[in-house]
Amino acid sequence: MTTTATPATMTETKPGYKWVGTRPVRHDGLDKVTGRARFGADLSLPGMLVGMVLRSPHAHARIRSIDASAALAMDGVKAVVTGADFPMLESEAGEGGEGAVDYRDLCRNIMARDKVLYEGHALAAVAATSRRVAMAAMAAIEVDYEVLPHVIDIDDAMAPDAPILHPDLITSGADPVPDRASNIAARHVYERGDLEQGFAEADVIVEREFLTRPVHQGYIEPHAVVADTAEDGRAVVWCSSQGHFMVRTLTAKLLGWEPSRIKVIPAEIGGGFGGKTVVYVEPVATLLSQKAGRPVKIVMSRDEVFRATGPTSGSKMRLKMGVRRDGKLVAAEGWLAYQAGAFKGSQVQLGLMCILTPYDVPNFFLEGFDVVNNMPKVAAYRAPGAPMAAFASETVLDELAEEIGMDPLELRLRNAVEEGVKSVYGPKFRKIGYRETVEAIKDHPHYSESLGPNQGRGVASGFWFNIGSNSSATVHINEDGGASVMTGSPDIGGSRASMALMAAEELGIDVYRITPIIADTESIGFTDLTGGSRVTHATGMAVIEACRELVADMRARAAKIWDVDVDEVEWVDGRAQHVDGDRAPLTTEDLAESSGKTGGPITASASLNARGVGVAFSTQVCDVEVDPETGAVTILRYTTAQDAGRAIHPSYVEGQMQGGVVQGIGWALNEEYIFDDRGAMENPGFLDYRMPVASDLPMIDTVVVEVPNPGHPYGVRGVGEVGIVPPMAAIANAIHGATGLRLGELPMSPVKVLAAIGANGG
Amino acid sequence: MSSTHVTCTINGDEAEFLCQGDQTLLDALRDVVGLMGVKEGCATGDCGACSVIMDGRITCSCLVLAPEADGADITTVEGLAGPDGLHPLQENFLVGAALQCGICTPGLLVAGKALLDRNPDPTETEVRYAIAGNLCRCTGYDKVVRSILAAAADMKEASEAKEKV
Repeated sequence: MTTTATPATMTETKPGYKWVGTRPVRHDGLDKVTGRARFGADLSLPGMLVGMVLRSPHAHARIRSIDASAALAMDGVKAVVTGADFPMLESEAGEGGEGAVDYRDLCRNIMARDKVLYEGHALAAVAATSRRVAMAAMAAIEVDYEVLPHVIDIDDAMAPDAPILHPDLITSGADPVPDRASNIAARHVYERGDLEQGFAEADVIVEREFLTRPVHQGYIEPHAVVADTAEDGRAVVWCSSQGHFMVRTLTAKLLGWEPSRIKVIPAEIGGGFGGKTVVYVEPVATLLSQKAGRPVKIVMSRDEVFRATGPTSGSKMRLKMGVRRDGKLVAAEGWLAYQAGAFKGSQVQLGLMCILTPYDVPNFFLEGFDVVNNMPKVAAYRAPGAPMAAFASETVLDELAEEIGMDPLELRLRNAVEEGVKSVYGPKFRKIGYRETVEAIKDHPHYSESLGPNQGRGVASGFWFNIGSNSSATVHINEDGGASVMTGSPDIGGSRASMALMAAEELGIDVYRITPIIADTESIGFTDLTGGSRVTHATGMAVIEACRELVADMRARAAKIWDVDVDEVEWVDGRAQHVDGDRAPLTTEDLAESSGKTGGPITASASLNARGVGVAFSTQVCDVEVDPETGAVTILRYTTAQDAGRAIHPSYVEGQMQGGVVQGIGWALNEEYIFDDRGAMENPGFLDYRMPVASDLPMIDTVVVEVPNPGHPYGVRGVGEVGIVPPMAAIANAIHGATGLRLGELPMSPVKVLAAIGANGG
Repeated sequence: MSSTHVTCTINGDEAEFLCQGDQTLLDALRDVVGLMGVKEGCATGDCGACSVIMDGRITCSCLVLAPEADGADITTVEGLAGPDGLHPLQENFLVGAALQCGICTPGLLVAGKALLDRNPDPTETEVRYAIAGNLCRCTGYDKVVRSILAAAADMKEASEAKEKV
């Protein structure tokens, strides 16, 4: 096993690929088209109990008492847990992949202690022999609440007389330090240059205000777990998540256990988009199982998924930007406040870091506020924090372009960041492909299609960092010369195929002779969760490194067999061959067959903390038609260009791009959390929380731009997230093109569009 | 609570199972019959992950009570492939990369089959409306729609080739 930071050999970009860039059928595909694939809810064990979670009907209340004695006395009820059964944890940062978690908050989020902080907040759980008994038991738990005033909207939560969620929450990053608690958890600032002077140079200044609502990741598979805690105190946890090591770490922490007591087996995951980067029911099921001495399964209902998991922040933003007549952006001033939900930790800081990032703006002041409120704690959602920020900046940019009479893509090109430019958040960019994405859209036939009445076209760009982090891979050469490639990265969107392709490229054997596997927490080295668009980059690097070690090993074995120096052995097309060409080449199969004589089984592992991350940009164009009678917006055409660095499996790169765009379309036009005056969610189901369906949409055309990332051997950048950043602004700009209206509030639903048309005298 | 005895046809074979009166067909198929390819995404008939073909009609199995299935003919995703291999829809979903996470895939395949059974030559719009009851959050539907159209084309070609022979 080698543990290295990015090895020097890893940064050589290989030209001319045999497998990389091809489109084989994914290895897990057959199981998924035949119903064989096993997702979180698909496991059953003998003697298994049904676990259910009792949730708060109030948005904010003190728990005076919980009496579960009647429930416990019922036939068929085997265990009940409440907050009192879990350790109280002190404030401590834990890595949550895309944003740190605070264990003090997390332990209260999975099971409320003295207060419930949102409607849907878990406060007790039962394990029973059937669903019917479990529901009766939950109804028998008596909770005495003292209902408190609640607060949802940002203005209300930030008001000086707002109901306070956490009496000890003092704003961090505020100067001076406040002397009393508020709902403002943190203030962040990014600034550069001289704002006043910058605006003085501007010929045109636009200032706008924006409002967005919380939206949910909307994965189709609800959270599900089976936990089996044995008599020796060790537990096996089977669940779908974006990171089974994350589940192990967090479950152990929340139970006060050593992580090695828990084995987490990754089920297939039915969508995550950031929402499965944290635990909810996993520690609860594990503790219920320990108490009951039987396996326990908890599957959330859709209603619970909406009320108690995700969503991403709603936001309020003000943005002022100045431009010269020649198209040079000279200054920007932004104020962003994001809802965090019941506990601190919105991604407002990431919003600040992304809002202007495609552009080289010499003077800016960006201020962001993380605001707690009585709704579920927000979770990461695809490029967390960036899409709402881009909705603000990319619509203001569109207005600036209009004011100075410049093509909106030309304005972007004139200010585009490129290699060597210092980013908003500090570091200088390495080789990037932002400009190329703009040019790809400018050159695309879509950009010059003619438009009819009530139709409009909008463009927008977006930025996302991508991340590296810890990954492990083990590669075995099998007896038949094929290979098993094991990693610890759950596969949400086709990453197993990418791992197999990279292994095929390195080993020189057919991609279908490779079996990519996601190994459990006891069978592979630690691996951070699938998030931050990191897997193809970081876990891919571990696979490549392990394969390169295997090739070196196989060359050495061939040298031993031939009794020559290893330098005389080359690895070509999956075979060892002697430089003189006078010996019959040895295939992986030959080498596997003789491995007993050359040192034993052929296997290699690599673990690394991947550096060399390549940032991602996307530019998109969208045509809409607005029905002036109903305010309904129809997407007519949509084209997205994105810098993938290098597309390992182009179909799944396109798939990520298309999926991100369509989630953005939902965010733009329909999706929102609606709360009633008690702070209860009014639309916790797919009928009323309206995600895009096939008949709402056209095809989503893709242009995969490849500006290789110099930090990855094949040039990979992450592709999962940035696609969701531009759509809201692209659609708002297209609506402007169709109606002349500038809409600053999401979702741009028929009601809002119609009201805006009416207010405009239409 | 006493159980109800249900006799029906599932994926071409006669099947019997016992269920509770308040149990959905979805739960019975999964928990009693053991067909885990039928998925639950919402249990309210809004997502289509539990789609089955029941007596020729695309149906959300979460909206049917299990005793109602007595005498019915039911096809689930497990019944799509036959002795000759995968159904053209399955083949085209694989080749066309029409799935990412795969949780909605069984329902989409079943909805696709229900469409092609009654309309072997659908337009893109007809495909989009036929699967409008099946939510997919990963793909944006682009590759799903293309794969269903490609399957229709393959099936048409195969049946024309058969006619010539």
